[in-house]
Amino acid sequence: MRLELWLGIALTSLSLAAQEHVGQYAQADIERGSRLYAVNCASCHGVGGDTIPNVDLKSGRFRNATSDEDLAKVITNGLQGTAMPPHKFDAAELKGVVSYLRTMREFGMGAVALGEASRGKSVLEGKGACLSCHRVEGKGSRVAPDLSDIGSIRSASALERSLLDPNAAMLPVNRPVRAVTKAGRVVTGRRLNEDTYSVQLMDDKENLVSLNKADLREYKVISTSSMPSYKDKLSASEMADLLAYLLALKGTN
Amino acid sequence: MTRRTWLLCLIPFALSAQVTSDQLVKAAQDPKNWLTYNGSYMSQSYSTLAQITPANAKNLEQKWVFQVDSLQKFENRPLVVNGVMYLTQPPNDVVALDARTGRAFWMYRYNNAADARHCCGAINRGLAILGDTLFMGTVDAHLVAIDARSGRPLWDTKVAEGNAGYALTLAPLVVKDKVIVGVAGGEYGIRGFIAAYDVKTGKEAWKFYTIPGPGEPGHDTWEGDTWKFGGASIWVTGSYDPELNLTYWGIGNPGPDWNPSQRKGANLYSDSVVALDADTGKLKWHFQFTPNDPYDYDSVQVPVLVDTAWRGRPRKLMLWANRNGFYYVLDRVTGEFLSGNSFVKVTWAKGLDDAGKPIVTPQPTNTPVFPGVQGGTNWYSPSYSPRTGLFYISAWEDYASIFLPQEVEYKEGLSFTGGRPVAPIIGARSPSLRANQINAGAAESIGYGSVLAIDVRTGQKKWKFDMIDVTDAGILTTASDVLFTGGREGYFHALDARTGALLWKGSVGGQVSAAPVTYELDGKQYVAVAAGHAMFVYGLRE
Repeated sequence: MRLELWLGIALTSLSLAAQEHVGQYAQADIERGSRLYAVNCASCHGVGGDTIPNVDLKSGRFRNATSDEDLAKVITNGLQGTAMPPHKFDAAELKGVVSYLRTMREFGMGAVALGEASRGKSVLEGKGACLSCHRVEGKGSRVAPDLSDIGSIRSASALERSLLDPNAAMLPVNRPVRAVTKAGRVVTGRRLNEDTYSVQLMDDKENLVSLNKADLREYKVISTSSMPSYKDKLSASEMADLLAYLLALKGTN
Repeated sequence: MTRRTWLLCLIPFALSAQVTSDQLVKAAQDPKNWLTYNGSYMSQSYSTLAQITPANAKNLEQKWVFQVDSLQKFENRPLVVNGVMYLTQPPNDVVALDARTGRAFWMYRYNNAADARHCCGAINRGLAILGDTLFMGTVDAHLVAIDARSGRPLWDTKVAEGNAGYALTLAPLVVKDKVIVGVAGGEYGIRGFIAAYDVKTGKEAWKFYTIPGPGEPGHDTWEGDTWKFGGASIWVTGSYDPELNLTYWGIGNPGPDWNPSQRKGANLYSDSVVALDADTGKLKWHFQFTPNDPYDYDSVQVPVLVDTAWRGRPRKLMLWANRNGFYYVLDRVTGEFLSGNSFVKVTWAKGLDDAGKPIVTPQPTNTPVFPGVQGGTNWYSPSYSPRTGLFYISAWEDYASIFLPQEVEYKEGLSFTGGRPVAPIIGARSPSLRANQINAGAAESIGYGSVLAIDVRTGQKKWKFDMIDVTDAGILTTASDVLFTGGREGYFHALDARTGALLWKGSVGGQVSAAPVTYELDGKQYVAVAAGHAMFVYGLRE
């Protein structure tokens, strides 16, 4: 009931409820659901649950459901006028799929050690100096991706990987670019979008910049991240605290 | 009034049928209209219209836009007949528009059964026409005939069970007095078939199962009961050679998609092209591109028919750039393999043998396989220009997936895919047919899109037009050597068909997932393309 109440109050506060997920659903159901998900859902929704626009299953961002009952109804009946077809699951299978959807972000977080989120906040703002590039809940720089909802969109293991080996973990879309215009102006920044003719970026002064490639003398996508590795910078317990804090960041609205 | 005068008065009405069978055979000589999905029975997506040229393409401007009342993926390639454009608003509403202004004459709404199951979106790619009748397949697996003047339904035939995973997403093909369709559902364990229906009554005339039953040749390429739910779907329109009276269709993947150990054998006629007698549906020949496919390399590409000199003598050819990354030339009289080579990076096979069979090189578990699950190309209509002798395709370059097979039990109406493909970069979005967002992380390391021009004489690339994002757009070429296409980035392009140089681009603000058409009205050439959730129409500035 508590879960549904939360969901009823505000759809996006699902993230708060997400903390309740592990333990609320039986491990056997989650595992059964994960197998069914891989076979029935992943071809459209993707393994990470986020390939349909405006739907992000793993962070509980649904367009047509709030409660577990809603989810079960949508899965069973499909959504007319959309690509979501009905599914013939029996009661146990349906319970499994819903359990998996509610826990898929945590599912498989396995071996990552988590510490104390409040101490992690101090690491982020202090020793880690994360806010010199990133932003959290309105504080810090916009040059690197905003982390205010990073706990909803990344698993613990993915966050750990980013902290230990930023180059390997950097998504292609976050690669820094360096452009030199024909007039000689140098623009460096984080790529927000790109097509055949133009590139949109956030430059290192937090300006939104759009460049026509035809106007450029040089354009380079850099595959090394400007983020340092925290492998030797933080102790194991500081790392665990920081991860706990990052995982607790679920967005402000 | 004499009896003779009476008859004369009646003639205009008696002749009013819009599109005759003969007109369909000669569609390529009637460039003012766009009469079939791919422009003619040869499926060359080529028009002899030549008013828009490389020199004046820069003067193209938008003439009108028709927004569809649907947020489903808009993959429609319209028909244009005597100034009327017929399109399908996704999934299955038919709209007749004034091709000058985009204003609607009528709309026919079809309600799909609520329990219809379709794998990859409630999609319809187009219509067919004969006489005054339009034909449409529906996502709940019906074939519907509609009066082209009034939009009133004429007949409705249930082709297969929609709630068992069967669907019709392709534009039908009319041949003589029959309308031919095939069934989608390769992710639901269907048993695929192509069937022909009487244009007047909707009664089934013949049916060809794309998986042979017990006692039929090829049945032994399936183990045990696997033939009963082995997929081999059809979701893109075939071609037709009136001289040979053969109709050609590309067949989809075997099921389960990614777990071939559950269906040992070559799995005929999955991932094949079949040549069928258009009157009886009897198989004349087949050619299989990817035996026992583990990668979902549907062979639903459009069979492009070309009559040209081949190694010194005139020959009836079929050109085929396959999802598996190889480009094939076949003799369409016999199905003989003439040549083949890869057109994108391919690692699942190191080449083709003398008979055109792949020499497979399975990659280690958990390593990327090139091309990835959506293939080196896919269902996007290619184009062939008899003027340039070039074959134009939309390709996905340097694109890979990691395939994770999994055991799956067949249950009617449930997804039957046997595992999943994942992107080679952890956490990166893999380009997929479903994704609507422009350039959603589909950056350089997970592939990019291009238009490739292949010289038919040599099989080698003549030119290449690269895009940042991948493309699901089909291609149109014209007798003035202009090539029209689009892509995921939301542009509609005109390229020089001889060089690949960009002539003009228009922003359509949404992805192009269909092929353009061209037509002429009042002496003016128009080009139309579906993009995002609207039909965009362009012509020269006056």
